[in-house]
Amino acid sequence: MTEQTDGKFSRRSMLGLVGGMVAATPIMGQPPNRLRPQAGDELVFDEGPLQGEVVRPGLLELHARPISAMARDPASGVVRDGSRLNRVMLTRIESERLTPRFQPNSADGIVAYSAVCTHTGCDVFNWDEEQLRMACPCHESQFDIYDGGRVVGGPAPRPLAMLPLEIVDDTVRVAGPFRGRVGFQQAF
Amino acid sequence: MLGFITRSLGFAIVLSGLASAQEMPPYTPVTADRLLNPEAGNWLMYRGTYDSHGYSALDQIDSGNVAELELVWSFTTGLREGHQAPPVVNDGYMYVTTPQNHVLALNAATGELLWRHVRFLPDDLQQMHPTNRGVALYGDRVYMATVDAYLVSLDALTGEVIWEVPVEDYYNGYYMTLAPLAADGKIMVGVSGGEWGIRGFVAAYDAMTGEEAWKTYTIPAPGEPGAESWPGDDSWQTGGVPVWITGSYDPELNLTYWGTGNGGPWTGDTRPGDNLYATSVIALDATSGELRAHHQYHWNDSWDWDEVSAPLLIDFERDGRVISGLVHPGRNGYLWFLERGADSIGFIDAGPYVYQDVFTSIDPVTGRPEYDGNKKPGIDFEVDFCPSLWGGKDWPPAAFNPESRLLFIPANENVCSTMAGEEAQYSPGRTFIGRGQSENGGFFIREGAEHIGELQAWNVDTGEEVWTTTFASHNWGPVLATAGDLVFMGGTNDRYFRAFDASTGEILWRYPTSSGITGVPSTFAIGGRQFIAVQSGWGVDAQREQNLINLVRGSDFYVPQGGSIWVFALPQ
Repeated sequence: MTEQTDGKFSRRSMLGLVGGMVAATPIMGQPPNRLRPQAGDELVFDEGPLQGEVVRPGLLELHARPISAMARDPASGVVRDGSRLNRVMLTRIESERLTPRFQPNSADGIVAYSAVCTHTGCDVFNWDEEQLRMACPCHESQFDIYDGGRVVGGPAPRPLAMLPLEIVDDTVRVAGPFRGRVGFQQAF
Repeated sequence: MLGFITRSLGFAIVLSGLASAQEMPPYTPVTADRLLNPEAGNWLMYRGTYDSHGYSALDQIDSGNVAELELVWSFTTGLREGHQAPPVVNDGYMYVTTPQNHVLALNAATGELLWRHVRFLPDDLQQMHPTNRGVALYGDRVYMATVDAYLVSLDALTGEVIWEVPVEDYYNGYYMTLAPLAADGKIMVGVSGGEWGIRGFVAAYDAMTGEEAWKTYTIPAPGEPGAESWPGDDSWQTGGVPVWITGSYDPELNLTYWGTGNGGPWTGDTRPGDNLYATSVIALDATSGELRAHHQYHWNDSWDWDEVSAPLLIDFERDGRVISGLVHPGRNGYLWFLERGADSIGFIDAGPYVYQDVFTSIDPVTGRPEYDGNKKPGIDFEVDFCPSLWGGKDWPPAAFNPESRLLFIPANENVCSTMAGEEAQYSPGRTFIGRGQSENGGFFIREGAEHIGELQAWNVDTGEEVWTTTFASHNWGPVLATAGDLVFMGGTNDRYFRAFDASTGEILWRYPTSSGITGVPSTFAIGGRQFIAVQSGWGVDAQREQNLINLVRGSDFYVPQGGSIWVFALPQ
């Protein structure tokens, strides 16, 4: 089976087996690159000219188009790129404008939202620079970066999950597990 | 052997309905002969017949009595998004697919659920098009292509999974939404993913074992014919050209005809050349998969005008000659008349059926269009063009009545796009579109427009438009034509399913369903009674276009979502 499927079964099979259990806590037996971002992880850019570099606060400009990043275990150097559900979008905002209950998730004005739309799972990489909204290219869902990723347009049923951050040694670190469920949820 | 995993790992479950299978008649196997000549009382495949006419010879319901049509039963699927599949019916057994790849088997006469197959989809799946367009039937099995790029074979009586095979890796952007084509003892499918950097293909599998019989790519590799139409770099590996609608089949030529989609990224300046076989019709040998002929509707696509609808196989007249033809209302806004042969596809003529401002001429011999350079978007070069990226007609299929010689086109007029390209970097599993952001989502309605949606009727022998019925709403309605001189179509945002007088376009009957209709209608008969069936369930691009219409009009028009099957008949 493995020969004929070029390894595709193995990944999918695991997804099937752990379906519904994708939570913030580590899952026994999961390879470290598939684990969701862990507290203490650093972040590395996942696209653009700085791809692969550690995210530092000074590299993110106010209201810049969000850029994708992945968590990396600073001890082992493992990038948690084994699932696209681990990807986050980063940008810098004006801290005082962020809805107060979400402010603990922000660090030095930097916020990280799951890159995966809660509607049908597409990457939320569009950016409305006038209204400061993240947007999904698949079905036009829009999310308010100043209100915890609240849905402000389109068919998405839930806010984007938010990844709490902290600054450690001039690097942007993960402060805790995702707040909210990552990705879409199969109905029925 | 391939694919034994489903039952062992629990990717799918079967839910039994309340109805007992004992109450149903014995299942009639769907033989190759039956597929070649389906009984009028059954609807055995996506468009009813291999020629993709979407036509039924049933005439109990006709233009004189259709106003009496009443609901017999309905069934809620419990799912949201685009319910686009036709109810496929075989001697009283109805099979319907839904978004998220459920298959429902129902008693076609009563709506009682016999079984439901539920596919467990991976949670890291991306669904740009959360829909499915139906099953194929062959033997005593039901086949479905899945959004996570598997082909699944089910027992028609029980819904048990017999086998499933991976067609490609969903993680790299491959997915499937089409109804498979059962022909020549094989089950054929094509892959979507033109926005994800795939390399498109059509593949055929042995109907019994699931073993791959052949696989034909829609982008030639270096050294293959047509490769010179790509830039000579690696773009052929990520150039898109998906196949996401069921092909037509000519059993005499043993050729299947498939429409192909856009190249990727969207603007053609990123991949200089004609980009064969994008935005084309390709003729594939059903036995070997050999690409025997092609016609490219437009070269170096830069408008996202996927030409994915399979051409209708229609023999039409021109200048006293009967031509074995291919007829295609293109997303590019032109109605194409072609001639099909064993190793050729010839150009006959073409002309616009909606306002189109990109083509400046069509070569009368080859059919190759020339473009207005100011209407062809490119990297950092933003232009307006009409029709919009959804075209004069997107995927919803046209229908043809061979008696009246009329072709019925579900069209959209007066909507246009603004587009510019931007650099795109390929990364597996991430979108590879390369479209910059434009004002109002890159969408606008032409000044003075009084309507958008249309149902058009064209005489295929004269090439002339006979009538057009218009709608304020945009139209995403697949079309059914019947011998009762009727046309059935939904497609508008007011949730109505309608019957039209096929001779005049007059609306004779309409019924407000619970959601908008983008489902393919079908018709069948049981015990001498004719039924009309359709799914309602608004979503996908119909909803996306609604969002943009709301944006440019400053409105907030809401179309409820939620799928249901609706079956109508005359009173008994």
